[in-house]
Amino acid sequence: MLEITEGSHAVAEAVRLCRPQVVSAYPITPQTHIVEALADMVANCQLDADYITVENELSALSACVGASAAGSRVYSATTSQGLALMFEVCFNAAGMRLPIVMTIANRALGAPLSIWNDQQDSISLRDSGWLQFYAEDNQEATDLHFIAYKVCEDHSVLLPAMVCFDGFILSHVYEPVDMLSQEDVDRYLPPFTPYQRLDAADPISFGMYATPDYYHEFRYEIDNAAKRAKEAIKKAGKEFNTLFGRDYSAMVEGYRLEDAETAIVAMGSICGTIKDSIDEMRAEGKKVGLLKIRVFRPFPSEEIAQALSKVKRVAVLDKDISLGAKGAVAIEVRDALYGSATPVKGYVLGLGGRDVRKKDIKEIVSLVEKGVGDQFFGLRRELL
Amino acid sequence: MALAIGCRAKPGKSRDNKTGSWRVFKPVFDKEKCTKCGLCMTLCPEGCIHQTDEEFVEPDYTFCKGCGICAEECPGEGIAMQQEEK
Amino acid sequence: MVDKTLELFDCGHRACGGCGAALAARLVMKGAGKDTIVVSATGCMEVFSTPYPETAWKVPWIHSLFENASAVASGIEASLKKQGRTEKVVIMAGDGATFDIGMICISGAFERGHDFTYICYDNEAYMNTGIQRSGATPYDASTTTSPAGTCSFGNKLPKKDMPQIIAAHGAPYVATASIAYPADLMQKVEKAINTKGPCYVQVHAPCCTGWGFEGDQTIAIAKLAIETGLWVNYEMVDGKVGKVKKVVKKPVEEYLSTQKRFRHLFKPKRQDAEIATIQAMADRNAEKYGIEIKLKKE
Repeated sequence: MLEITEGSHAVAEAVRLCRPQVVSAYPITPQTHIVEALADMVANCQLDADYITVENELSALSACVGASAAGSRVYSATTSQGLALMFEVCFNAAGMRLPIVMTIANRALGAPLSIWNDQQDSISLRDSGWLQFYAEDNQEATDLHFIAYKVCEDHSVLLPAMVCFDGFILSHVYEPVDMLSQEDVDRYLPPFTPYQRLDAADPISFGMYATPDYYHEFRYEIDNAAKRAKEAIKKAGKEFNTLFGRDYSAMVEGYRLEDAETAIVAMGSICGTIKDSIDEMRAEGKKVGLLKIRVFRPFPSEEIAQALSKVKRVAVLDKDISLGAKGAVAIEVRDALYGSATPVKGYVLGLGGRDVRKKDIKEIVSLVEKGVGDQFFGLRRELL
Repeated sequence: MALAIGCRAKPGKSRDNKTGSWRVFKPVFDKEKCTKCGLCMTLCPEGCIHQTDEEFVEPDYTFCKGCGICAEECPGEGIAMQQEEK
Repeated sequence: MVDKTLELFDCGHRACGGCGAALAARLVMKGAGKDTIVVSATGCMEVFSTPYPETAWKVPWIHSLFENASAVASGIEASLKKQGRTEKVVIMAGDGATFDIGMICISGAFERGHDFTYICYDNEAYMNTGIQRSGATPYDASTTTSPAGTCSFGNKLPKKDMPQIIAAHGAPYVATASIAYPADLMQKVEKAINTKGPCYVQVHAPCCTGWGFEGDQTIAIAKLAIETGLWVNYEMVDGKVGKVKKVVKKPVEEYLSTQKRFRHLFKPKRQDAEIATIQAMADRNAEKYGIEIKLKKE
């Protein structure tokens, strides 16, 4: 059913429909509206979950680890400083192969302290083994939660997943969202069947330690699981399309890319701005297209190389900076195109909530046409 | 053997590790002095002392580390630690 | 009543010969029974019992990280509640995981009042990483991060009163126990498990390797700790102290002289002032808890 709703509320509703048994999250701007909405649902008997009001984010995810291991579908949400605080639990959860779904309302990492949007937080955890989905708008943010549970609970995957949507820009903004019904979701997402669980009837030791004789292979297996997620995503996305008419089977999505000379690569809400800007540039005769990355982990290397095989130049936008190096997405896209002669330039922009406008995109296209890039874009020179 | 997902295991495999090989001294149980109080069974950190059919006690030497707690605590002084010949 | 003949902590684990913590694990499991899910923190017990693929645990067991056992247990408890399952959740963590790095998670979990039992096996230092001091390390004990030397008598800080901190969170049952008194320990564990709400039992588990004594002396030293008043066995039901173990009190020297970690108090020179300070601590415990059996003077 189509509703005009705040992004956070749409996400909370999607989570409610997935019937988690345990919700464990610590409030942090700009995720607060999600956890508040879920608490409200529990208080009004609309969500039959045990809502644990933990004392910090590390405990939030740790409680999810316990509840998931015990056999429950679980949910958490965080951002920025909170995600950083649960850094070791993230690696732990992935290594323990627990299918936890966590929403990240992307926000900049301090210092300096910032509550505004960029994607540094989740991107900084790209090594952790979590699947990572990036939503362009609130419809995607909503739907990706159903997809995420389906994919991560697949016994060929069994990895936790982050559904990332830009803080404030999406979380606090009202957009039209076609919300599935409970019947719809029950049809798509069956009750959680753990691969194994903590159970006195069949005792298992979870989370043992691995000596050098075993650790290497355990990590190889987790990497394989992340790569198997590609197939699981394709399957889950196809089924979603068959049932509900929205296709999430592809990890990347082109917009006016087929005959593009310049390709812009980006993730998240910025893609909406880019699409509008592309429409304007196309009207002026410029052949520009967008490659949106919707799944960042596992990294869709082949899909990116394939999609960009015919363009003359690539501009990668990063709402993050690997300090001392370059934007993380640009580095990985360039790696995907290794061996091709196509120039790839990276642009770091929009950090800490700095607004990105259509004209910024146009300026970036001009820069990449001139072969100028690999820089911070839009610096306020008067401050430097 | 294939790795278990998530570094997990079912019970039992610790017994593959025969800790009896650690021993320098071996507890020797004297049936004459044994009052069957069971204290040695309770206090063994390995839990490897078990009751025989006659309700006397015997350690499982496959796992006994020879720590000597049983000998030290036996109220009847019925256990002696002897250096093992290897 | 739990079947106490069951061995739920198996042979083949890699604890040192004479390990107090290993004995604590065995005895706690006898008090807990097989309908238990154990949550371990990183530490000696976790490491010596679960090198992949050799696990010594015959009950469902989970280890996540060092500081978060209470949070993991909170999640398990919530999940079991939603599933309508009856297994009991028992946390097993060392003093390092409990007194220090785990404080935040413990405080939150106890404040939320989850139904679980927290067992702290207290060997008074971070043993697994090589005998570094913890908040449970007693005054003047020498550890690798609080070593005795020409200008130090070892750990300068008092032992954190963890049971009181837990009781202050409103825990319905808090107890201290020792491997020296196994029947008492098992009884306290069983009581904790059968008391609804977050309960805590702190088990004194002397460490031959870390404290510096022969492995066969573990029980004897645990007894001396109690007999000198440096460790008090007691219970707190809804915050009220009771069932204090009474002793014919011995001077602290009898305990301190048995362990290398206190040797600097005797050699090369006897440190009367330091020993007197420790005696005063023991005397304060004796006074506070009423541990002394006063023998009638003939």
